[in-house]
Amino acid sequence: MIDWSWFPTNAERLVPALGAHLLLALLPVVIGLIVAIPLGWVANRSRPARAVLVPVAGLLYTIPSLVLFILLPGILGTQILDPVNVVVALSVYTVALLVRSVADALAAVPGMVVAAATAMGYRPARRFAQVELPLSLPVLIAGLRVATVTNISLVSVGALIGIGGLGYFITDGFGRGNTTSIFAGVILIVVLALVFDALLVLIGRLVTPWVGVGRKAR
Amino acid sequence: MGALLADVAAWFGDSANWTGAAGVPNRVLEHLQYSIVPILLALLIAVPIGAAVGHSGRGGFLVVGVANGMRSLPELGVLTILVTFMSVGLLPVTIALLILAIPPLLAGTYAGVSNVDRAVVDAARGMGMTEPEILTKVELPNALPLIIGGLRTATLQVIATAAIAAFVGVDGLGRILFSGLAVRDYTRMAAGALLIAVLALLADAALAALQRLIVSPGLRTSTSSRRRAVVAPAQPEQLPQSRSTTPEPELARS
Amino acid sequence: MIEFRGVTKRFPDGTVAVDALDLAVEDGKITVFVGPSGCGKTTSLRMINRMVELTGGTILIDGSDIMAGDAAQLRRGIGYVIQQSGLFPHRSILDNVATVPLLLGWGKRKARERATELMELVGLSPEMAQRYPAQLSGGQQQRVGVARALAADPPILLMDEPFSAVDPVVRENLQDELLRLQSELGKTIVFVTHDIDEAVKLGDKVAVFRTGGLLAQYDEPGHLLARPADDFVDGFVGRDRGYRGLGFLSANGLPVGELSTVGSGATGDQVREAARDGWTLVVSDAGHPLGWVQVGQALSGPVDTDALIAGGSLYDTEADSLRGALDAALSSPSGLGVAVDASGAVVGSVRAADVLAALATARRDEAAA
Repeated sequence: MIDWSWFPTNAERLVPALGAHLLLALLPVVIGLIVAIPLGWVANRSRPARAVLVPVAGLLYTIPSLVLFILLPGILGTQILDPVNVVVALSVYTVALLVRSVADALAAVPGMVVAAATAMGYRPARRFAQVELPLSLPVLIAGLRVATVTNISLVSVGALIGIGGLGYFITDGFGRGNTTSIFAGVILIVVLALVFDALLVLIGRLVTPWVGVGRKAR
Repeated sequence: MGALLADVAAWFGDSANWTGAAGVPNRVLEHLQYSIVPILLALLIAVPIGAAVGHSGRGGFLVVGVANGMRSLPELGVLTILVTFMSVGLLPVTIALLILAIPPLLAGTYAGVSNVDRAVVDAARGMGMTEPEILTKVELPNALPLIIGGLRTATLQVIATAAIAAFVGVDGLGRILFSGLAVRDYTRMAAGALLIAVLALLADAALAALQRLIVSPGLRTSTSSRRRAVVAPAQPEQLPQSRSTTPEPELARS
Repeated sequence: MIEFRGVTKRFPDGTVAVDALDLAVEDGKITVFVGPSGCGKTTSLRMINRMVELTGGTILIDGSDIMAGDAAQLRRGIGYVIQQSGLFPHRSILDNVATVPLLLGWGKRKARERATELMELVGLSPEMAQRYPAQLSGGQQQRVGVARALAADPPILLMDEPFSAVDPVVRENLQDELLRLQSELGKTIVFVTHDIDEAVKLGDKVAVFRTGGLLAQYDEPGHLLARPADDFVDGFVGRDRGYRGLGFLSANGLPVGELSTVGSGATGDQVREAARDGWTLVVSDAGHPLGWVQVGQALSGPVDTDALIAGGSLYDTEADSLRGALDAALSSPSGLGVAVDASGAVVGSVRAADVLAALATARRDEAAA
């Protein structure tokens, strides 16, 4: 079923595809996070903004990825094979997911803590950066994990319209009847997703050392 | 972009695209047919299991683990592998879509049932409800928002992935898209993509309407807080139990 | 009657929550289980309706073993109120109250009629019937919880810290309401709290538990305050128990002395003439106390009602205990407590020394009895 000798002989195709796959999946996570934090902040601060942002995010999230990959060139004026389409589409999904995460995470910061920070003389911007954002990290990282894992899985859909990454080994393997190639694509994608998920869990533990301390002490 | 819009509009205006096996109505029907069976099967499988696990409180880590693991599986890969081993046909597509639909429904039902306030369950038991009564009269009605949330995610995913299924040889709306791709006819691809997006949005809207219809108004926090502000302006006392924020049901997409 | 006979609860991890408990809960009375956390009071309560299954001994309700029948059936005949109210968020208030009648198969109409009656009984306005629990305040939710527990008219009511999550003012309100309800209904109520003041206020009898599920003392609240069984109960009952114990001694026979009063329009001369020991009380036309004047203060013109010295608490001669009488005397600026009748009109004065004398008499009588 799986021909293990296929891997070394195709290493020079696999490695660049792996790199391309990661770039296409992770660049949108970074872009999405940068855009979603201010939007989520606004959504948490103002009810009307939330009433617009959250449903719009939900609506964007319902559009199938293949559809977005195909429609974006018409909207952006790019070529259909341009990887920019994939990056933009996945960034849209990431923003749609994280706006809600950021808003919910900020809303979950105890009001007393924010009030105490204000009472000690924090100005809003500094309070956001030093109190509210750190305290919302656990929920934010949970959102980042979902975005990262789904993005890594979704890049493969791009292969259907000829955009690189590991998905190519699935479509190409299917076209040639090469099971090893299909499995190689699937397995590498799953491994990548699990590795980056674990990495985010680890980063989460490092940046929020206060989480779970109370439970351990008991 | 203007030219493209005109082309796509012209495509929709062409009556040839609306008749026969390759016409839009038939493709929509096919697409629905591919989608509905796995969704119904997933409901039959996932809701009882999620409810049982949520009610008993045992095996929750397994449900969460399975649901999270499934999210990292590329749908295209699952579909391709199944077709490779089972030959082209509806069966592998149905199985692949079923595999996609189960995790969000399972996670939604589990989260919904296990998140019902323990005090509410305690009160139900203390008043003399039997375990099946607690599950059907208290836990499931309260879990409905999250169950339907899971159903909405599952439906979106199935409709989206059913489009991908055209790549492995079945029809549906994905056929319009891939036949366009084969001859580099971008207009046809865009038209197919639009149809899929509209179908997904309509299905989601229909389920949202269903949710409004069958979920108790008492569980709609936004409504209740609005009404509360109108009907009872002065409430000196705090609500005793802090409403736990509803956790995100399994989010996944394709 | 609910009887605990050698009841023991040992959890699977080996901890003993309740240890060989013997106790009889009297019919038609409020029995309060009180104690520090981990004393087994809630476990004991929850064993009565089998929310916790006992591991040793027996519990009898009117002579029959609770383990004999079906647990759900048993629970439908026992009202149950818990701290967080446990209202069903997806059901309207009316349907929440109708829960047990519906479980018992009463039929929707009859169940809802009964629920409407009960909402009125616990002081909820009928327009709340169609609201949902999330739209109610904590105090209102607890009222619904009580109504729901009473819906099928069970002879027994179990209340597990029902008022501890609401603020003190609302809590006192709910306590008074419970006492009023009980005077109408005469249920057998078992009430769990960690608040000794609540226990003493509500209980006809109070069972004090100590850590490890042992019964430290089971007595009437007055006796509990007057004669704690040991140092643990003494410590748990807390400070001022001597003073609070006065609350259980009747003020019948306490002499009500004279009190000099003037009307609100009195002149300086009238005040001077009326005053005893330098003080006089200003009363309204209806005889209600307004405040005190001290001679040497308002001698020039007529009495300025805005400049009166505020009085202390009032001693209601028809309802108050010795505690109310003593507090009236101690809190009055003149040293004379103001005694009033049920309408609030001044009837005379009470002195601290007289209260102490009455206390001595009460103790002698009790010793003789």
